[in-house]
Amino acid sequence: MIRFFQHLGHSTTSSFAKLGRSFFFLTHTLTASVSVIPRPRLLINQLYSVGVLSFLIITISGLFVGMVLGLQGFYILSDFGAEETLGVMVAASLVRELGPVVAALLFAGRAGSALTAEIGLMKATEQLSGMEMMAIDPLKRIIAPRFLAGFIAMPLLAALFSSVGVLGGHMVGVGMLGVDDGAYWSQMQAGLDFQDDIINGIIKSIVFGFAVSWISLFEGYDAIPTSEGVSRATTRTVVNSAFTILGLDFILTALMFGDI
Amino acid sequence: MQNTKTQDTLVGLFVACGIAALFFMAMQISNLNGFSTDNAYTINARFENSGGLKVKSPVSVAGVRIGRVSNISIDRDSYESIVEMQIDAQYSLPDDTSASIFTAGLLGEQYISLEPGGSEDPLPANGLIDITQSAIVLEEIIGQFLFDKAAEE
Repeated sequence: MIRFFQHLGHSTTSSFAKLGRSFFFLTHTLTASVSVIPRPRLLINQLYSVGVLSFLIITISGLFVGMVLGLQGFYILSDFGAEETLGVMVAASLVRELGPVVAALLFAGRAGSALTAEIGLMKATEQLSGMEMMAIDPLKRIIAPRFLAGFIAMPLLAALFSSVGVLGGHMVGVGMLGVDDGAYWSQMQAGLDFQDDIINGIIKSIVFGFAVSWISLFEGYDAIPTSEGVSRATTRTVVNSAFTILGLDFILTALMFGDI
Repeated sequence: MQNTKTQDTLVGLFVACGIAALFFMAMQISNLNGFSTDNAYTINARFENSGGLKVKSPVSVAGVRIGRVSNISIDRDSYESIVEMQIDAQYSLPDDTSASIFTAGLLGEQYISLEPGGSEDPLPANGLIDITQSAIVLEEIIGQFLFDKAAEE
């Protein structure tokens, strides 16, 4: 019985300690980010592995999500004779919610897990401590460029996801099911506002990019330096990122669209 | 590891694609752009009430779409609605064409349907259609119906 309470207390304090460490890690990373500016090469390398390599999964998923939205939306809307509003439905759900959220989930699975595994293995093979021995700050050299790359790539990927999704919905709705082409676009343009919808969607994706990069880098940096520790850290990255993205999405949606 | 040049190019392409997608969202998905067609001429129609007609709503003849609404304004003197339409240049309409505002389906969007008349002369660019039928406002019809019912009893 006492052992149970000991265990409970220990896990509580250690999870708070971890939260505290993650905040210190974030502030250090943010201050270290300034030192990336004179070395853009580091950032470009990371943009390649985080952004370019996620490009394909994001565009293909976006296309299929848009196509499914077009198909399902058409069947429901045609019951009401309102197929013309398919464009608004597809675009609004993509730009407001699905684009940022699904892109961020895919990003966490594709790029976040890779970041955690990479940093965790660097720690396990003592490359990070080796750098410290040579008076190179691993936060500046390794962590900060990756953080910035995730931060920059995420909004671009979400925008790609939404755009490709809208085209996918167009392909199915207009191309296969015979919704009027002009109505698809005109209803979309009339129904979506640049300020309220597009900008808010971009803000969401920026917040998600920040959160996913932070979580995945911290989990790697904080991993127990064994092969099991790295594998656990990678799992935690994906799970925690998914929770954080969905939770943040609810909060942001309530803030942005709550008063409509 | 790929060589640096290819990597730079791919990163550049990626960023360009992302920015293009942002522009696409701003211009095509939301209503930031001003509509313009190259091969189109403008005609106007005067309605008593243009109802829920919107800019970019379709304009059709016999159910075939030939243009779109480009502007809706109010006549300061007669308080009528002046609807400006862009019509695809390959279609020419007779000058006794009439225009009506219909609704696509019960809940669908409103559009303009043009009924060409029998005249030999074509409608000129910037011409005005005078024979029009206004949008049907459902509340007005229901109100009228209820009023008539009450009058009967």
